Amino acid sequence: MAHDTHTHVRSQAEYEYVRRQRAKEMRNQLTSFAMMIFLTLIAFTTVAADFSPYLITPIILLLAAVQVVLQLYHFMHMSNKGHGMVAFFMFSGMFVAFITILALVTIVWW
Amino acid sequence: MSSIAQKQGFGAMIWDYLTTVDHKKIAHLYLTSGGLFFLIGGIEAMLIRIQLMKAGNDFLSAGTYNEVLTMHGTTMIFLAAMPILLAFMNAVMPLQIGARDVAFPFLNSLGFWLFFFGGIFLNLSWFMGGAPDAGWTNYASLALASEGHGIDFYTLGLTISGFGTLISGINFLVTIINMRAPGMTYMRMPLFTWTTFVASALILLAFPPLTIGLFFMVFDRMFGANFFDVANGGNTIIWEHLFWIFGHPEVYILILPAFGIFSEIFAIFSRKRLFGYTALVFATILIGFYGFMVWAHHMFTVGLGATANAVFALATMIIAVPTGVKIFNWLLTIWGGSIKFTTPMIYAIAFIPSFVAGGVTGVMQAIAPLDYQLHDSYFIVAHFHYVIVGGVVLAIFAATHLYWPKMFGTMLSEKLGKITFWFFFIGFHLTFFIQHFLGLMGMPRRVYTFGADQGWDLFNAISSVGALFMAIGVIVLLINVVITTVKNERVGNDPWEDGRTLEWAIPSPPPFYNFAQTPLVRGLDTYWIEKMEGNKEGMLYAEPLEEIHMPNGSIIPVIMSFGLFVASFGALYFLDGDKSWPLPVLILGLLITFGSMLLRSLKDDLGFHISKEELIEDAKGGKMDGSK
Repeated sequence: MAHDTHTHVRSQAEYEYVRRQRAKEMRNQLTSFAMMIFLTLIAFTTVAADFSPYLITPIILLLAAVQVVLQLYHFMHMSNKGHGMVAFFMFSGMFVAFITILALVTIVWW
Repeated sequence: MSSIAQKQGFGAMIWDYLTTVDHKKIAHLYLTSGGLFFLIGGIEAMLIRIQLMKAGNDFLSAGTYNEVLTMHGTTMIFLAAMPILLAFMNAVMPLQIGARDVAFPFLNSLGFWLFFFGGIFLNLSWFMGGAPDAGWTNYASLALASEGHGIDFYTLGLTISGFGTLISGINFLVTIINMRAPGMTYMRMPLFTWTTFVASALILLAFPPLTIGLFFMVFDRMFGANFFDVANGGNTIIWEHLFWIFGHPEVYILILPAFGIFSEIFAIFSRKRLFGYTALVFATILIGFYGFMVWAHHMFTVGLGATANAVFALATMIIAVPTGVKIFNWLLTIWGGSIKFTTPMIYAIAFIPSFVAGGVTGVMQAIAPLDYQLHDSYFIVAHFHYVIVGGVVLAIFAATHLYWPKMFGTMLSEKLGKITFWFFFIGFHLTFFIQHFLGLMGMPRRVYTFGADQGWDLFNAISSVGALFMAIGVIVLLINVVITTVKNERVGNDPWEDGRTLEWAIPSPPPFYNFAQTPLVRGLDTYWIEKMEGNKEGMLYAEPLEEIHMPNGSIIPVIMSFGLFVASFGALYFLDGDKSWPLPVLILGLLITFGSMLLRSLKDDLGFHISKEELIEDAKGGKMDGSK
């Protein structure tokens, strides 16, 4: 569909704007990268410190969930515009999977 | 391209349908093959009713009865109801949102052919050593004990056709999210498009559990795995969970499009804007969500424990709320409208009391203690036929009459339509109303005969007579179709004269590119707004007349699906171990499938363009008003 492709020359202001946006995004990514490394360190520390498994398991699962969210929003661009539907379907799917697993765990395997 | 092929001979027409990627033709394919399976399932239903006509009947043997019963359920749900609804979604939804086709035309065709070959494979079991006989729910303990290949036909056939349905569901989701015409916001989408959207989301989320269940079943039966085998540490209840995690959303996959069809009909023939549009939309979404939280109400008597039963009982009762919202909105749409009692409208009005009756018995069964009494009795049979026949099948018939002119360009006879309705409607209530009482009197489901001393004779005889009425209704509908097709009186854009949505603004049947110019949508009931403002063309345009880019047809979907069909035979007989041909057949089938995938990936197919001149020619050729 060649006629749909528009070639657009950026003005100076737009150029500056895009630059600022990119810098901001880069900062966000670096911050969340640092946070993720920090979270991983916590996870390793809990294991190394030899806490009770009943403490370690929930902490690691929680940290994992936080990491997934950081990953999705800052690295897989879900924080950008136009990802509302994607987020809706992903969270619906997670919700359904969660209900399923919760029910099977409590009803069948407990 | 396809408009040229229409004028060619029979062979060219067949080739055209085999290679088509046009959503309107795929709708024809879905409707025809879904209709064929509907007839097969109907014949199986008649066999069941003949067998149960009188006490101690020996028309069918016990084993054959189990096969007929299983195939009736499986065929009607997977191969009839769903594909026919997919036919209407395909035919109407892209037109309603002002799109030229679905997002992935090739996948649309692939989805159909996978469903088709899966269905054929399943039905070939009749001729190849016996059909599946463990009920449409195929509970694991029974299914694992079943001899012969019946269950293997079930698992493999449903796997293939399940691929097809999943592909169609994803396709519709992408289409609705991305291909709405300018101005068509979510809250301006017609309700049928909304229900298609939510039903597709349910397909996306509900089919994977079924696939996993079937996969486990295949491994248990064919490769000696023990997922469901209690003796070896498996758990037979897991199948029930997996099946119903799929199975309950599945019934909403069926009923939501039916709700959408009726919403359209109520608005069109009451000549009023749909009452409480926003509430209807949110009720649809809520029903979709609740659909995933109630599956264990099919398993109250399994022994899940009081807590689980209470949670699922409550969740089930909550569903009655959004459904009730819908019922009241429909009633208020009719209220004060200038009503036209056309055939679709009669179906829609008959649907309300029928479906409410099914819904009320549903809430009764949601009460877990009462369900212990009702479980596995004819009361359950009566309930789910009230919601599926009284909801989905009435919607299918209504939509057949409503959308026939849009799909084929001719009007089904209103007179015969009403005859069909009365036979079917009376027959339906005669067959199933009395089964509530049979259930309360203690008659169990799924049992091939009953004794003369149990007092069930008269009610069963009445029920069988009702089934005959339904059969007559369907036959009249078929006659109607034949007569209409032979007469071939072409109709214009808006044959019901009160069309509200975009599909009625274009010719019947629409040109293969649907819209020469993409429409601009200014509100809910787009076409109605333009009509009321005296716009002769029926729509505003969002773009000047330009050349249109269209996809090429392709035979690859047929070949790809056929490969899986062939491979299934190899897989099915491979584990008998006494034949030499299954392995080569399995490999050959997979080679065909993956080979055609490779071909599709390597060969660029950029489609073709329709020039402005052709479009102008089409418009001049009188085609825009539907005549040839």
